[in-house]
Amino acid sequence: MGMREKIIDRAKALLADGTVVGVWGWKRGEMPGDRVPAFFETAEELDNDFVYDCFCAANVSRYLNGRKAADGRVLALLKPCDTYSLNQMLGENRLEREAVYVLGIPTGDMLDPEKVRRAGICGLKDAKQRGAEFVFDTADGEKVLPRDAVALEKCIACKSNTHRIQDELLVDIKDQGESPVRFKQVEELEAMAPAERFAFWQKELSRCIRCNACRNICPVCSCVKCVFDNPANPVSGKANSETFEEKMFHIIRAFHVAGRCTDCGECSRACPQGIPLHLLNRKFIKDINRAYGPFAAGTDDFGMTPLTEFTETDPEPSEVVASGGGQ
Amino acid sequence: MHRIGVFVCWCGSNIAATVDVKKVAETLGKEPGVAFAMDYQYMCSEGGQGAIRSAIKDHALTGIVVAACSPRMHEPTFRKAAAAAGLNPFMVEVANIREQCSWIHRNKQDATEKAIILGRTAIAKVMLNTPLTAGESRVVKRALVIGGGIAGIQTALDVADAGFKVDIVERKPTIGGKMAQLDKTFPTLDCAACILTPKMVEAAQHENITIHTYSEVESVSGFVGDFKVKIRKKARCVDEVACTGCGDCMAKCPAKKAKSEFDQGLRNRSAIYIPFAQAIPNVPVIDRENCIKFQTGKCGVCEKICPSKAVHYDQEDTILEESYGAIVVATGFDTVSPEPYGEFRYEEYPDVITSLEFERLCNAAGPTGGHLVRPSDHKEPKRIVFVQCVGSRGSGECEKTYCSKICCMYTAKHAMLVREKYPDSEVYVFYIDVRTPGKAFDEFQRRAIEQYNVHYIKGMVGQVEKKGDMLLIQASDLLHDKQLHIEADMVVLATAVEPEKGARNLATMLTASMDTNDFFTEAHPKLRPVESPTAGVYLSGLCQGPKDIPETVAQAGAAASKVIGLLVKDKLITNPCIASPAEPMCNGCGLCENVCPYGAITYEVKEVHREGKRLSTRVAQVNEAVCQGCGACTVTCPSGVMDLWGFSTRQILAEVDAICR
Amino acid sequence: MPMTENDATTATKPLIVAFCCNWCSYAGADLAGTSRLDYPADVKIIRVPCSCRVNPLFVLRAFQRGADGVIIAGCHPGDCHYTTGNYYARRRMSMLFGMLDYLGIERDRTRVEWISAAEGAKFAATMRDFCSHVAQLGPKNNLGELR
Repeated sequence: MGMREKIIDRAKALLADGTVVGVWGWKRGEMPGDRVPAFFETAEELDNDFVYDCFCAANVSRYLNGRKAADGRVLALLKPCDTYSLNQMLGENRLEREAVYVLGIPTGDMLDPEKVRRAGICGLKDAKQRGAEFVFDTADGEKVLPRDAVALEKCIACKSNTHRIQDELLVDIKDQGESPVRFKQVEELEAMAPAERFAFWQKELSRCIRCNACRNICPVCSCVKCVFDNPANPVSGKANSETFEEKMFHIIRAFHVAGRCTDCGECSRACPQGIPLHLLNRKFIKDINRAYGPFAAGTDDFGMTPLTEFTETDPEPSEVVASGGGQ
Repeated sequence: MHRIGVFVCWCGSNIAATVDVKKVAETLGKEPGVAFAMDYQYMCSEGGQGAIRSAIKDHALTGIVVAACSPRMHEPTFRKAAAAAGLNPFMVEVANIREQCSWIHRNKQDATEKAIILGRTAIAKVMLNTPLTAGESRVVKRALVIGGGIAGIQTALDVADAGFKVDIVERKPTIGGKMAQLDKTFPTLDCAACILTPKMVEAAQHENITIHTYSEVESVSGFVGDFKVKIRKKARCVDEVACTGCGDCMAKCPAKKAKSEFDQGLRNRSAIYIPFAQAIPNVPVIDRENCIKFQTGKCGVCEKICPSKAVHYDQEDTILEESYGAIVVATGFDTVSPEPYGEFRYEEYPDVITSLEFERLCNAAGPTGGHLVRPSDHKEPKRIVFVQCVGSRGSGECEKTYCSKICCMYTAKHAMLVREKYPDSEVYVFYIDVRTPGKAFDEFQRRAIEQYNVHYIKGMVGQVEKKGDMLLIQASDLLHDKQLHIEADMVVLATAVEPEKGARNLATMLTASMDTNDFFTEAHPKLRPVESPTAGVYLSGLCQGPKDIPETVAQAGAAASKVIGLLVKDKLITNPCIASPAEPMCNGCGLCENVCPYGAITYEVKEVHREGKRLSTRVAQVNEAVCQGCGACTVTCPSGVMDLWGFSTRQILAEVDAICR
Repeated sequence: MPMTENDATTATKPLIVAFCCNWCSYAGADLAGTSRLDYPADVKIIRVPCSCRVNPLFVLRAFQRGADGVIIAGCHPGDCHYTTGNYYARRRMSMLFGMLDYLGIERDRTRVEWISAAEGAKFAATMRDFCSHVAQLGPKNNLGELR
């Protein structure tokens, strides 16, 4: 029995015995390799539409925001990385614990549809991971590509393969630990001269169209009303009123989730312009780890974050900045 | 429509010499929203204030900007003037064009330009000011003192004498604390019991004082002026009202093997007991762990023989709920166990004792009746070695980094007492440094050396071993650079003081802060040494840091005067420049609560109107009486829902914009 | 580091926004005045209750509107009027300024200093030093152009 079938079996049983009233999972989108989060309420819907394969990168935690037990308990199918987000949301009281039943499901590396397309895969029927490679079943026959060429950035930089919260684990998983290349991109940027860094970000951020996809998909960027949307606040404003607005938006957004960001990588995955927004968040994670000791948001559901704590012997801002690389 | 008035002060020539005040007034007068502008020689003078008052009335001003000296100097003055003319005092902003402009710049053009920018910035801010009204909250005229040692007793007596009700909560079965265990007190050598017990009696008999012994604080809520406290009165199994304190129960109790806590375990006591003869209240308590009735179900002797039928085995803990205007923490200290410092073999050799044990051995009411003898064989000691700084001023894992402050003096006291009792004895004191600042302290310690011939040796004891029935002490003499081997009858360890173990839990309940050593922190280390940063919570005695009896009593009195100063008020006026959430948009995430230093933020599930919908949701609430207006929460709030009156996000951004215009 | 050509002519006139906490650094600035210790008029002070009131938004807004440098001054760690505010400010500004550095904004444009009410001389010296560093970078504030 494949993983999809195993998940469906368990989900059906939980629906049947009344444990849950619905299931957050994935279904096919319009494009090949497109998998979108979807809510299933019946066994038939699951049989017909549910999909779980190496394109199901989306983190469904976000869709549980605001859920109350009184609305009925839902089944959340969470990959290890997704559980960090749910924990963080629970710690911040964004939903009630009793409103969700977490089924921990295993995951391999997820594919980046954009990378797959750029690698020249057309007429995609199916794809499977085989060790450090992916095997694609296409209209032109089988094609094999190395994992690093087609996997999502967030999987290449995997933080952990352990479920941090679950009511039940579908199968036991062995954690491979943090990817050795998790902070490689940040380090490369830090090693550049300031002018190069400036040029890099100028090129990247100038593509922002202020569509807010990064914000809307972020599990912790879940304010009732974003500071940038609130007319009561003098920073609310539309894109392009002047050149600085996007810049301010992205710095502030990253700052607001600093210490809370679980590095789920959804912002970069969702960005239609392909801006590597995770590099902002991961810079904060790296700086926090370095300055205040290792910390991973969402490891538990206590809701404490490094920016709402301190020690009397914290390093000075100048020292933290200076530890950030080339100048 | 804004109608802002601008008042530019010359401050004689202090401002006018470097800033072209006429030009400043003229330029600012043309700013949008400004209805009136003037300059005047001394704005703070009666004439200047009068000009402000008339202008507010004559020009129907909605806000004013005074460009003058620092707001730290005259903001209250100008606020009063505005209020006198019927303008809300919080509709006043001050542009600091003296300390931060005319006095630091030489070039008149630069200074004038800057003064205009600072004025413009203040105008931008005042246009976004909101009229604010100071709130009021009630003051419950009753104080709670946590801890019934000398610190707590003194604070309670002082507050009670001023006419306010005070409750003392003491964890032990009696008040008196550590001081009751001491023999003599330095530097006067008067007996501790002689000066303490009258105070204990006074507290017990005071009409304004209620003492809850064998009780603990269970929970604290509320805030300055109106704390709600739950107190757990642990079951004594003896009815406090019925008991006459005759002591028959203790005499007849068959379980007599329990170690007396009061005598530091140097003597046994019965399972039903009072800690010492002068205990207050003079009502026994049953120690259930050592009581045969509680352990086996048989016995019941005390119940049977009690002439007043006061013994009740089925008594249960009771919870009292009381409101207090102020809380004083007087939880005191303990001494560290010498056990981690293995070189002294404290656990192994009965003749290696702590200073507190030594106090009991000297005490006329102690286990030996004041006859100083070796615990092992009750022989009179001929040679005693005292070791200072045991556990203090160290860097090891079990050591305290701080100086325990009292050990130098009490060790000198002990040394003198020994020499007085046994003139043929030899006394050695090993020290790192001798620290004796305090009135008549250094003289006292010098007397130990000069008149009592106590041998003070700079150095530490490396090892204590047994040699026959004697102790062999290996030590170094740092000043003469040699190793010493001393045969002694006894070794006395001056162990470090540390805060009472339960203090951290209490601090959490009180949202009072503690340092890394678990001493309570002061609101300000120099200027507010007896107040905790949490309004309405005061500190008395050792819980704040090591100190001796006179210092403790002085601090206890100081804490009492702060309490009295609070309790005499009928209402508290609250600072209106505090944080406030735009409730309907609050995420209820809890981040702001984490950073509030005062515990002013709580969460409530409330019905709110959110974008046309009515819904019940978790939102932050700021307690106006507790918030001090630092603004930590405002920056933590990602959605900008939490704001600060008087320093709102809009106001500060308007200032930034005005400066950068 | 990114520099512009016309440094020499305009380098002496940078615009500096200083956020000073009411209890220590603002009082320190007053003391600098009382002691007649001069520092450039380019520094404009905004009074905040505590360094922890400084929102990253304020800093970015200043740069957006043309400031050449932003400095935040608060009570020394351990001396905060509100006990802990400056500790939060220290972490926040460490992160924010680290991020600005990462984005290629010169480090010399941002600074955090702890200045007590008694340190008038330190206040003046700090402002002189900060102004001269910012002036050397030139007037071009490229943060506003990062797009």
